[in-house]
Amino acid sequence: MNLKLRVWRQRSAAEKGKMVTYEVTDVSPDMSFLEMLDVLNEQLILNGEDPVSFDHDCREGICGSCGVMINGRAHGNGLFDSHPQTATCQLHMRSFKDGDTIDVEPWRATAFPLIKDLAVDRSALDRIIQAGGYISAPTGTAPEAHSILVAKKDSDAAFDAATCIGCGACVAACPNASSMLFTSSKVVHLGLMPQGQPERNDRVVNMIHQQDLEGFGGCTNIGECSVSCPKGISMENISRLNHDLLGALRAGARPKS
Amino acid sequence: MEPNFGAVVTVTNSGQRRTPKVAKTSSVAKKAVMAVSGIILVLYLIAHMVGNLKLFAGAETFNGYSEWIRRIGEPAVPGQTVLWIIRVVLLVAVVAHAWAAVSLWRQAKRARPQQYVARKAVAQSYASRTMRWGGVILALFIVYHILDLTLGVANPEGHDSTPYDRAVAGFSNPFITAVYVVALLALGFHLRHGIWSATQTLGQSNRTRERTVNAFATVFAVVLTAGFLIPPLSVLVGIIE
Repeated sequence: MNLKLRVWRQRSAAEKGKMVTYEVTDVSPDMSFLEMLDVLNEQLILNGEDPVSFDHDCREGICGSCGVMINGRAHGNGLFDSHPQTATCQLHMRSFKDGDTIDVEPWRATAFPLIKDLAVDRSALDRIIQAGGYISAPTGTAPEAHSILVAKKDSDAAFDAATCIGCGACVAACPNASSMLFTSSKVVHLGLMPQGQPERNDRVVNMIHQQDLEGFGGCTNIGECSVSCPKGISMENISRLNHDLLGALRAGARPKS
Repeated sequence: MEPNFGAVVTVTNSGQRRTPKVAKTSSVAKKAVMAVSGIILVLYLIAHMVGNLKLFAGAETFNGYSEWIRRIGEPAVPGQTVLWIIRVVLLVAVVAHAWAAVSLWRQAKRARPQQYVARKAVAQSYASRTMRWGGVILALFIVYHILDLTLGVANPEGHDSTPYDRAVAGFSNPFITAVYVVALLALGFHLRHGIWSATQTLGQSNRTRERTVNAFATVFAVVLTAGFLIPPLSVLVGIIE
């Protein structure tokens, strides 16, 4: 396959960026999108040019490190009917056609400052987790799993929420650059578990407070997040978060300063 | 309060873990303000739409109904008391709704100052995409609508006319009716997304309810918009005169 790539190049946050066009030839349909970018980078290095920076780690769709906008969609999710929702590393070039032009851009949000080219700093998501995405539990020997019973539907819903890999696609896809799908999945996956109850009220208040401090937008329930999520996390988590937050505010929980 | 990593933590309730109040209003609280004020406005719209249909009952009934609105609660309370309570509640709801919307709109603008070169939306609907500008259209329309039919100053019949005369005189003019049709269609789309969004914001939606809520929002928006559109269009085509 021969492809024309239009890639966002920006040397640093301080400098201006622009889309630069590259031709990539002899791309195997079995390559992943990241392997195709590797091929481009090898070509750039051989030409003495600066390779394109992008984040990646496991390349198995489970770590959440990679993520770029592909033709205006986060991870390319929503572009191909046949392709399941996944991370950029599990999108294969067979989804594209020979001769395609592909636009590749970084996640764009105030809360995700650009580092270089396609790499952005997503530590804002880590700070949201630090604000409340934990439980207080003794460390040491793992307790007997059956000592605390959890209803099947709660454990299923909690597990679905816990599949969030924190890639930031929801923020990238959201017209408001809101991280509500991310934050709600963290709030819900702990909030549905018995172990998550002691901090349940403070968790949601503090995590939303941190989310606002980081400069994310607000949710308008449009749903671009859910269809862009590599794990297909449902919008129902956002509703659960809202329910928890309103309840917590009524109960007197306030964000810690 | 910092989490205690040192000791086995026992279950405490949130009251014991209360932390200092911070001035920052959370975006979700603003959304709740928007949802609750929206519900108040929707309840009023239902009554308004039903009242409008009395245009079909003739001038006397319609003007009598208009008079009755001013006398609700009499003689227990002085004339127009209930009317003014309704007006104040509506004004507060509109101001709160607009404040929350503008504030969240600005937050969203700040959250992404640099737009994508290529962006493709797949989940958004026409209704969800036009919420903000549709809301601006509705706010401008409400001002015109009050000047036109409540105060009568922007009405062909002028302010010293009966409500029935003002409605018939205004809607006989195709341009005035066109303004109303555009605004009511904007209202329909606003309600279509607004009802779903309010349900989410107030934490009342889930995966199984999602379809029902969205279906209800569509049906409700269509019925309410149609109910509002029928009287002006009937005047325009001469069914009401």
